[in-house]
Amino acid sequence: MTATPADTWTVAGRTFTSRLIVGTGKYKDFRQNAAAVAASGAEIVTVAVRRVNISDPKAPMLSDFIDPKVITYLPNTAGCFTADEAIRTLRLAREAGGWDLVKLEVLGEARTLYPDMRETLKACEVLAREGFAPMVYCVDDPIAAKQLEEAGAVAIMPLGAPIGSGLGIQNRVTVRLIVEGANVPVLVDAGVGTASDAAVAMELGCDGVLMNTAIAEAKDPVRMALAMKLAVEGGRHAYLSGRMATRKYADPSSPLAGLI
Amino acid sequence: MADQLALTVNGESRRIAAGASIADLVVSLELDPKKVAVEHNGEIAPRSTLAAVMLADGDVLEIVHFVGGG
Repeated sequence: MTATPADTWTVAGRTFTSRLIVGTGKYKDFRQNAAAVAASGAEIVTVAVRRVNISDPKAPMLSDFIDPKVITYLPNTAGCFTADEAIRTLRLAREAGGWDLVKLEVLGEARTLYPDMRETLKACEVLAREGFAPMVYCVDDPIAAKQLEEAGAVAIMPLGAPIGSGLGIQNRVTVRLIVEGANVPVLVDAGVGTASDAAVAMELGCDGVLMNTAIAEAKDPVRMALAMKLAVEGGRHAYLSGRMATRKYADPSSPLAGLI
Repeated sequence: MADQLALTVNGESRRIAAGASIADLVVSLELDPKKVAVEHNGEIAPRSTLAAVMLADGDVLEIVHFVGGG
């Protein structure tokens, strides 16, 4: 391998080395969550914005275990079903955290958690106008991806499969088309179930992968976090190295000449 | 002027002494103002202004923070 500059990626002017973004939901406790984040090598974690429990203000907080000065918090709009709800949530997130890099997701229905692209586009435009840098969860549709980019999205994050399903990347063609057409980073967000799914996303040329349940619901989340780190790195190297062409039939690897 | 203000904080009824600011409320709830964000009657209350904004009877507040999420 020839010496190359560090393989980094940049979103909204911020440069990162790790191409794996992990969620912070569904873990047994904050300690396990922090250990998984460390094993994953992630430099960005997604977080949700929720009411403080005013009856129990001394309850442990996420930031006691994952330091926002070390790991970039990416506030999300999980649970928002309209543009207005998402915008309200992220305005509060900006006030709570003091930064403008956010993850926008506007959901269409509870059963599939599929994105509502009409509301997502509307919210993206408003947020970009207000100075936010929205990374946007979206359908795996190359046209919708272009429209989001025009609306000010700083990253396009198509689903590989429904959130929390672990079904893997269902449509490699559309993810590849999005990657080919995008002028901003593309990250597969949602649907990854195991390490090979993350590798597939990277082999398609994605700039990164975002996942939560695949790590949090593994029997050993910390080990799965490591597996995901290695898969993302492996998939990235495979993409950069330029894979072989496929053939319809066999092609021997040992020479035919000199056979005894 | 009433001695006590009736507020709605995160959907719950709360009372606080008249003349209290948003910062007073946050501190009285034993919260760290640096770790939360406050919405006051539907508008963001910037952290730098929390001590300056006086509460009024019937005010509705949302106090949020970051929790684990995907």
